[in-house]
Formats: sequence, C-alpha cells, structure tokens
Amino acid sequence: MPEPAANDTAATSAARAARYEALLGEAAKVKGVSLWLDAWRRLRKNRAAMVSLGFLILLATLSLLTPAIPLQSPQFFILDRARQFQPPGLAPVELQLSQADVQTFEQKMAELSAQAAAASGEEREKLQAEIAGRRRDHPYNRLWTAPGPLARQLIRLRLALFGNWCIPSICGTDELGRDVLSRIFWGSRVSLVVGIVATLVSLAIGVTFGAISGYAGGWVDAAMMRVVDVMYSIPFIFIVIFLITILSEQSIKDKLDKWGIDQITLFYLVIGAFYWLTMARVVRGQVMSLKHEQFVDAARTIGAGTGRIVFRHLVPNVLGIVIVYLTLTIPSVMLFEAFLSFLGLGVQPPDVSWGLLVNEGIRVITPIRTYWWLVLFPGLALALTLFALNFLGDGLRDALDPRMKNR
Amino acid sequence: MLSILLIVAKRLGWMALTLWVVFTISWILMRSVPGGPYSSEKSVPPEIQRNIEARYKLDQPLHVQYLDHLWHTVQLDFGQSFRIKDFTVNEVIAQGFPVSASLGIFAITFALTLGMTAGVVSAVQRNTVYDVGFMALATLGIAVPNFVLAGLAIILFVFQLEWLPAAGWGSPRHILLPAICLGAPYAAYIARLTRAGMLEVLNLDYVRTAYAKGLTPRTVIVKHALRGAMLPVVTYLGPATAGILAGSLVIERIFSISGLGSHFIEAATQRDYTLAMGMVLVYTFLLYGLNSLVDLSYAIIDPRVKLE
Repeated sequence: MPEPAANDTAATSAARAARYEALLGEAAKVKGVSLWLDAWRRLRKNRAAMVSLGFLILLATLSLLTPAIPLQSPQFFILDRARQFQPPGLAPVELQLSQADVQTFEQKMAELSAQAAAASGEEREKLQAEIAGRRRDHPYNRLWTAPGPLARQLIRLRLALFGNWCIPSICGTDELGRDVLSRIFWGSRVSLVVGIVATLVSLAIGVTFGAISGYAGGWVDAAMMRVVDVMYSIPFIFIVIFLITILSEQSIKDKLDKWGIDQITLFYLVIGAFYWLTMARVVRGQVMSLKHEQFVDAARTIGAGTGRIVFRHLVPNVLGIVIVYLTLTIPSVMLFEAFLSFLGLGVQPPDVSWGLLVNEGIRVITPIRTYWWLVLFPGLALALTLFALNFLGDGLRDALDPRMKNR
Repeated sequence: MLSILLIVAKRLGWMALTLWVVFTISWILMRSVPGGPYSSEKSVPPEIQRNIEARYKLDQPLHVQYLDHLWHTVQLDFGQSFRIKDFTVNEVIAQGFPVSASLGIFAITFALTLGMTAGVVSAVQRNTVYDVGFMALATLGIAVPNFVLAGLAIILFVFQLEWLPAAGWGSPRHILLPAICLGAPYAAYIARLTRAGMLEVLNLDYVRTAYAKGLTPRTVIVKHALRGAMLPVVTYLGPATAGILAGSLVIERIFSISGLGSHFIEAATQRDYTLAMGMVLVYTFLLYGLNSLVDLSYAIIDPRVKLE
C-alpha cells in the first residue's frame, strides 16, 4: 500500500515542516543580544549612572547653545560700581544692546561693502580697509569675546527670541560687575572642550602605543613597557608646569603662533601627551589576550597585514574598556585643567574656564567681606560635572563587564 | 634579607634612571628657550649673570655643558636661583622642605585616620544612617577639587565663624585647615577602599573563627579584620602621596604657606628655570622614594606578596 504510506510521509513531512517553521519563528523572535545592547540594558538599571548621563547631555547641550540662552554679557565693558559684587538676586537686568543697534550697524556695513564693490583701485582698497576696521566695532564684539560664526548666529537667534531680556544675576556678580551665571556657562564651553579634546589626544596615543606593544610582544613590548614604567614614576604635573613655563616664553609663543598653535591647543597636546599611560597599559593587556583568538588567525590567513589586524580587528574589540577609561579620563583631565588655570598657568583671560573662575573668587576673599558666591557656584559646576562623569564611568565599567552578561 | 637588599638596589637603579630621564628632559627644555635660559634678555641682575656664565661654562660646546651640569646635579648642587638674589636652589629647597613635609604628613595622617574610621564604621554598620551618610560624604569628597574646598573652608571657618587664622605658619592652628583641605579627597577615597575591604574580609572564615572563640567584636574588627582590609589602602598610599604632593601646590598658594609648592609655582610663573628644574628633580625623588617604601611595606604586611 504505497498510497497511504506516501500520504503518511507527506503528512509527517508537512508536520515537520510546520514544526520547523514554528521553531524558526520562535528563533526569529529571540533577538541576539549584542554586547552594546546588553550593556545598555544594564546601564539603564543603574539609576545613578542614568541621572549622570542625563545631566551630562543637558550640560553639553546647554553649553553648545550658550550664545542663544538669554544670559547677561560675560564681558566687562562699562564699570558700574552699583553692579560690582552683587550677591545673588533677582533684580532685572537688560542687555545693553538692541536689535535696532545691530540692524543699523549691519546696514552701514552693507552700504560700505556695496560701495567697495562699485569702486575700484585705490578707493576700493581704502574702503575694504575701513570695512575690516569697522568689523571689529560690531556690537557683538562689545558684549562677547570674539564670537565665531556659529555663535553669531546663535546670538542673533537669542536677540530675536528674547530681545533685551536677561536672566537676572541669580549667581551674583564679580568684581567687574560681570554676571557669574553667564561666565559659568561660557566657561563650561572651554572646560568641556579641553576635557574632551585632551582626552581624545591621549586616547589616540594610548591606544596606538598599547595595541602595537601588545601585538608585537617580545623585546619590542618589553622596551615599550619599560618606557611606560619610567614615565609612570615621573611626576608629570611638575613637568607639565615646567613645560608650560617654557612654552609661554614670548619668543617661543610667537614662533608657535606662526604655526597656528595657540595657548589652548598647546594645552590639549601637552595634557594629552601625559595622560595616555594607563590607557596604553589597559589596551596592551586586552590585545595580548585577544591576539591568539581564531578571528585574528582567520584575518591573517586571508592575507591581512599587521597594521590591518591591529587597527581593524583588535582595536574595535577593546572598544568597551577604552570607553570606560575615556569616561574616567575626562574628569581627571578637566580637574587638571582647572588646577592649572587656578594657578594661572592654563586658560588665559579673556577666555574663561571653571578653574579660572574659582581662582578669581578666591583672590578677592578679604576679611572685610566674603563673596561666597564667586567660589561656590563655579566650584559647584565643576564638582557636579566631575561627579557625574565619575558615576557614569563606574556605571559603564559595571555595564560593560562581560562577567555580568545577561544579568 | 639578601633578597630585600637586592630589591632595594634594583629600585635605586631604576630611580637613578628615572631621575636621569627627568634631568635630561628638563635640561633639553631649558636649553630650548631661545638664546638659552642664561641669556641676559630677561634682565637678570649682572652679578647673577656673571656667576651663571662662569658656572655653566657657556663658552664650551653643548655636550660639555650638559655633562658639567649633570655632574653638578649628581653632587646635589642645583646652582643659583635666577630670581631670588643671594640664594642657591639648595637653600630655597632646604627652607621649603620642612614646611611642605609637615603639611603633607599632617594631611596624610588626617586622611588615614578619618578615612579608615569612616570606612570601618560604614562596613560594620552596613546600610545604616552612618553608612549612607559617610559614603555620601565620601563621594562628595572625591568630586570636589581641593582648591574649591579650601576656598569655601576659608570663607566659612576663617571669615564667617572666625575659628581659625587665614594664613601664616608656625602653630597647630595654622596647619589645621590646609592639612584638612589637602587630605579630604584622599580621606574620602580611603574610606571607600576600607569599606570595600572590610566587607570582603568580614565574611571570611578566619573572622568567623575569631568570633567563635569568643573574642569581643572590637578585638575581632581592630585586630583581625582590619589587618586584612588594609591592603588596598596601603596600595593606594602611593598614588595618594603623589596627589598630596601635587595638591600642596594649590593649597600652599591659597593659604600663603612658603613651602616647596609655592616656591615651585613662583619659579614657574617667574621663569626661574634653575629653581624649577631643581624642584622637579626633588619631587621625582620624593615620589619615587615614597612609592618604593609603600611597595616594601606592602610586602612586609602581606607575606603572600613577593617583590620582583
């Protein structure tokens, strides 16, 4: 009886197919959990880390948009004794600039450039020189320190949205009558950028050094690690101060200016050049444990070169731990910047940074009157940011720990 | 015993190498100032200028100058200060060192006492008000930079409450506030380390045994558990010393204490190259020496640790 048997097998195979389909459907429903998704899930459960992350995102957004926030001018322009050392208060303050001023100025500029375009020869050059000269008198330059093109657009936006209205001096004013809140916001731009850029410099050096050392092994590794050992025992804060002293010598400064390197750029490079040691050690350890894995052998069999193996196959695999150290390096770099600015060796006025603000606050402490708000608010901004970064770093370390997987 | 001597000798060798590297870097940096640091463009008083020219053999080729300078340095002669007339670098260091050393010792003692007490209390009274309170304070202490703390402390304790003098040196009242501000972040860190170490140790068998044979909780905690929990703290003493050395730069400046730190910052801002270089070498020596001491003591406390 072949018929029923065939029927039977057809039925069973149909059933089997259905079962497989169901299994497949089930498997499709189970999503593979990538390392990052898993880490993100664990991080989300960590409330302190999430609050820190939220705070940092808010801080970064606000400091990016600082020109558009209705703050008072961070600059000193008219010394008004009544505005000096005002304790925190809610007295209304108006920006001493109106859209009408800006418009008249810009109209004038437009007229001048139209004239320049129409004129020719010497006349034209004269007009262009005048335009360049007048540009410095732009009303914005009176109230803000050399705003860049993006900042100008944001200031324009702010004037359109809020007009002359300013947030009152809720954090008080300093010895030149400048609003502390506004200076904290403008200072955050410098402090955060120094922290991030210097960390990236250290990241580039540390990861390259560590990856090469770990992958090469043998005497190359030994020699490279001895260099790190020796550098570890050098008190680099003192060397950096010594270095900055020498680099701020006038003639060296002029030479560097010619290459387009200013004080802050120098700062990034110098700090970055000293903060890579731990990163190098960590990356080296990871690379050493990874370099005998099969995927590296596989890459080698299909003809990948050493450079490709190191930077395309090994480095992405140590990214997790690198990110953790990144988050933990940023606060120490920021603290170092504040430390140097505090000593007067870092960011120079008219730029502001949090360290500089605390320094100004401590400098004006006198037995007669104490201006506590000058120390407290910048210090608070600095402490909260360092706090949040440390929490986030700890949280990330726990979240990216492979031993915690699927917990 | 012989092995310890060998280790010490090896350490000294590495220290010499490190000092030499630091010396060479500093020397190259110093010489890369256009015209050299010894040129007269910075209006050095003429008598100092003459001394410098004779001392540094400026008419000789560079490598001779380098070796000569190195030789003087090896003999612990750091030369003349550029800014402070009639003072050698050695004299400035000798004047500042005792001040900074006492400040540092007070700070580290404060950090250890407070940190370990808080850590032990938090671990023993886990999840109580004390634990949460101490740990919140410790987290705060780690994040607040010491110069912010110092500024606020001056405003509060010196000018508002008028408990302590603002600046000056000489009496315990003068040293109290700077030492606390300098030690506070490290106290916070030590508290966290002690707590974590204690929590780990308190569950171990030997602590249970100690309880089982009827010892009082105080004896068990102080004599048995704490010894095991101290290891991470001892390891941390190395970085803490480095941090306190660096922190004394700002603290001495804020409280106008004329120790090594303020001399160094002054030297840096005034471009007193010889003084700054001498200071960098002294700091390297201190850091390396103290770190080696910490490593040695670690091996003595924990017999499982073998020094390489």
